[in-house]
Amino acid sequence: MSDETVADIKRQSLSIIVTKGSLDWAYPPFILATTAAALDYDVTLFFTFYGLALVKKKLDLKFTVLGNAAMEMPMFGTHIAMPNIMAMIPGVDAMAGSMMKKLIKEKGVASIEDLREAAVLSDVRMIACQMTVDLFEYKREDLMDEIELGGAATYFEVASKSHINMFI
Amino acid sequence: MSDHVLDAKGLNCPLPILKAKKALKSVPSGEILTIYATDPGSVADFAAFCNQTGNELVESSQDGDVYIFKIKHTAA
Repeated sequence: MSDETVADIKRQSLSIIVTKGSLDWAYPPFILATTAAALDYDVTLFFTFYGLALVKKKLDLKFTVLGNAAMEMPMFGTHIAMPNIMAMIPGVDAMAGSMMKKLIKEKGVASIEDLREAAVLSDVRMIACQMTVDLFEYKREDLMDEIELGGAATYFEVASKSHINMFI
Repeated sequence: MSDHVLDAKGLNCPLPILKAKKALKSVPSGEILTIYATDPGSVADFAAFCNQTGNELVESSQDGDVYIFKIKHTAA
């Protein structure tokens, strides 16, 4: 018994409630979901509120300085923190966003498009919260074909059977 | 024997793991996949990957900046 691997014992499972849809916050759920799928977990992502931006057919993710008060960027061989008041200045978010995209490319970090594609290919189950879809007036055809619609009860049915449940 | 090779150099987490998982699908059971990576995090991650999936990490070594992993496809 003791030298059985986890894989022999029982298939593991992961669920994540995804509530954030900015470029940076898109990473944790998709990295964890695709990695867990590669480890043979059954994975379910439940997208609600701003997380719905991640399941639109056409991704157009933005970066916001305001939401990341402690952010600092590697610059000029050091790390530069941005005074929070600068986040209010038009163009600052766009500038920080393109810096982030440049870093992502330079460091060989996957794009969100690629990670989302990998999630689809590895059978990650994706559920969009019906209530917030209605609230923000998204149309079914705005969302990926692979997405299911469901509510809190659907989530709990998944969560109660999952080994790991997260909220991001 | 080991002509299954995955070059994951320059890629960052979780791409080496995702690509290794995909590559293993075309490696017959009992044969070895050799992976080259430059992500220092991949040392711990490939050990964890093998632990979780039931594949055997036969070798984990380093040559300069390149990490070399040999994984025997033993999982069902």
